[in-house]
Amino acid sequence: MLHINNLHVNLEEEDKEILKGVDLVVPAGKVHAIMGPNGSGKSTLSYVLSGRDGYVVTDGEAMLEEANIFELEPEERAAAGLFLAFQYPVEIPGVGNMTFLRTALNSQLKARGEEEMSAADFLKLIREKAKSLKIEPEMLKRSVNVGFSGGEKKRNEILQMAVLEPRMCILDETDSGLDVDAMKLVAEGVNALRSEGRSFLVITHYQRLLDHIKPDVVHIMADGRIVKTGGPELALEVENNGYADLLAEVA
Amino acid sequence: MALLQAKVDATAARLASLEMPVGAAWATAARQDALARFQHAGLPGPRDEYWRFTRPDALNAPTADNAEVFDPQEIPVFDGIDRLKIVFRDGVFDPDASDDFHQEGLEIERLNDAMATDIHWAKDVYGVLETRGQTPVARPFASLNTAFADDGVVIRATGRVTRPVSLIYLHEHTTSDAILHFVVKVEEGADLTLLENGPAAARFNKCMEVDIADNAAFHHVRTQGRDHERQAVTHIFARLGSESLFKSFTLTANGRLTRNEAVIEMTGDRGVAHIAGAALGDGEFHHDDTVFVTHDAVSCESRQVFKKVLRNGAVGAFQGKILVKKGAQKTDGYQISQSLLLDEDAQFLAKPELEIYADDVVCSHGSTSGAIDEDALFYLRARGVPRADAQDLLTLAFLAEAIEEIENEAIAEDIYGRLDGWLGRRRQD
Repeated sequence: MLHINNLHVNLEEEDKEILKGVDLVVPAGKVHAIMGPNGSGKSTLSYVLSGRDGYVVTDGEAMLEEANIFELEPEERAAAGLFLAFQYPVEIPGVGNMTFLRTALNSQLKARGEEEMSAADFLKLIREKAKSLKIEPEMLKRSVNVGFSGGEKKRNEILQMAVLEPRMCILDETDSGLDVDAMKLVAEGVNALRSEGRSFLVITHYQRLLDHIKPDVVHIMADGRIVKTGGPELALEVENNGYADLLAEVA
Repeated sequence: MALLQAKVDATAARLASLEMPVGAAWATAARQDALARFQHAGLPGPRDEYWRFTRPDALNAPTADNAEVFDPQEIPVFDGIDRLKIVFRDGVFDPDASDDFHQEGLEIERLNDAMATDIHWAKDVYGVLETRGQTPVARPFASLNTAFADDGVVIRATGRVTRPVSLIYLHEHTTSDAILHFVVKVEEGADLTLLENGPAAARFNKCMEVDIADNAAFHHVRTQGRDHERQAVTHIFARLGSESLFKSFTLTANGRLTRNEAVIEMTGDRGVAHIAGAALGDGEFHHDDTVFVTHDAVSCESRQVFKKVLRNGAVGAFQGKILVKKGAQKTDGYQISQSLLLDEDAQFLAKPELEIYADDVVCSHGSTSGAIDEDALFYLRARGVPRADAQDLLTLAFLAEAIEEIENEAIAEDIYGRLDGWLGRRRQD
């Protein structure tokens, strides 16, 4: 599904290399996790894949199936099936959550040459998805993320994922700022979306989230590279021994 | 204080081309008084505190600048709304294009008919609210209007009028110079919605005096037409009785020069006054909102919400004041003026003012100026919304707080439709 080859990325403003040759393959239907200490480049990877400004790809490539990600605008990446669940979802005063979701869905359908969804069908869809994520109808009427609690913002991200049905989902520290109950709810939402045709890349500091979203493969990232890859047991190792031991071992 | 000679000369030159209409004794007295006020103040100049953001030259000139007539090629605003239509062509009432004035709960007369009548209710309002609004800040174009307005209507609402009254201003001649005056009286317990739309003339001076009695409500929505070259100076003077409601919204898209002044006086307890504006400027566009709200009663609420979207050399100005007089306790005053600058050529000038002489009040004001929020733009794009659509969505969101002041949903929808149109046209170039 997602193939990243020798990806090098600089910060645009200070010409500082953040990613120093990332190689990563996430096959269809699989859940991969990336763990790593602060400053290892995890979030940069998610931003550069989703197309945020401020980064320069100096070498390497990233393919989403047949699509060359770096040749596409952010909206084209979304229409091709890439979804980033933001670490800090953005508040947009004045844009209703429903309007936002419907505009997003119909933009993607239109970009893919599919028929746009009617208001009535959309309402039915959103109500059903919101209910399964325990999102109050009132939250749909409010402006996007405005006045939402940390947990509500993250659930709203998962709701968007459920409605847009991307094939490649990147979760950027979705567990940050969540209490245990909120994390469980978010994890349940993600698990409900797991399917053969959909892949996940879960970026996290802590093993905690991976108790709830069970990964197939765990990668350890440090200093802009993937330094170790293994099964779910690798996450437990980090939890027990911290990154220091592991990085010493790799070095 | 003596006026500068240049001001005296300009004022005399402006008066030379005007002729005072003849009316009943009270009307002539009101006009003469207004002329004296105008001559005392003189035409504004760049040294006048409230004209520092806006050059009045085109408004001061003896004749109107040329303004091409613009065909917007669209269904006129408010077209789908059942309303009583009153049409003016270049500032002259057109009886054939207008509806019959008779409607339950309303008395409407042409201004000149009312002013030819010896005893008329309009006597207590015409020029009266305008005079009250001249202190502490002189508004010479309003006095000029009161002295020389040669057309307009007087409207008295005596009941709950569900069908709006709609003033339609057509612009047909490239040098037309229109002065219209309106008097509105909303009697105790009555409710009136007034709509205005159209560019009116090459140069337009409009003055509206609105007297709202106790427990009465006045809703006002206007759009100022899409003519690029038209120039306008408008005043609305409102006086609110106790537990009364005043709500006004203005949409301005295009126009070379627009100066909209509003002077609102809360004279009865628990009154509510909301005034809002959305201005869209692209290119040669100068838009100035000058607002003065006076709280002179207990527990009144006032809101000023002004939003401007500017690009390509357009200039927006806002001067808004809340004056809370001694004893006007429990006042709730709010004022926000914001601009969204779509490029680096646009300019926004703001002067918020609070003057408070009571000690138990809540007053807040804010003013911001900025570009489209890049984080919000990226968030929308990351969800699949193309850049141009995302920009439009964020622009509408920026304006939403002003448009939400319109209570009637059908009218608000119509306004949103105009905004969509404006944004859509900007995307073709």
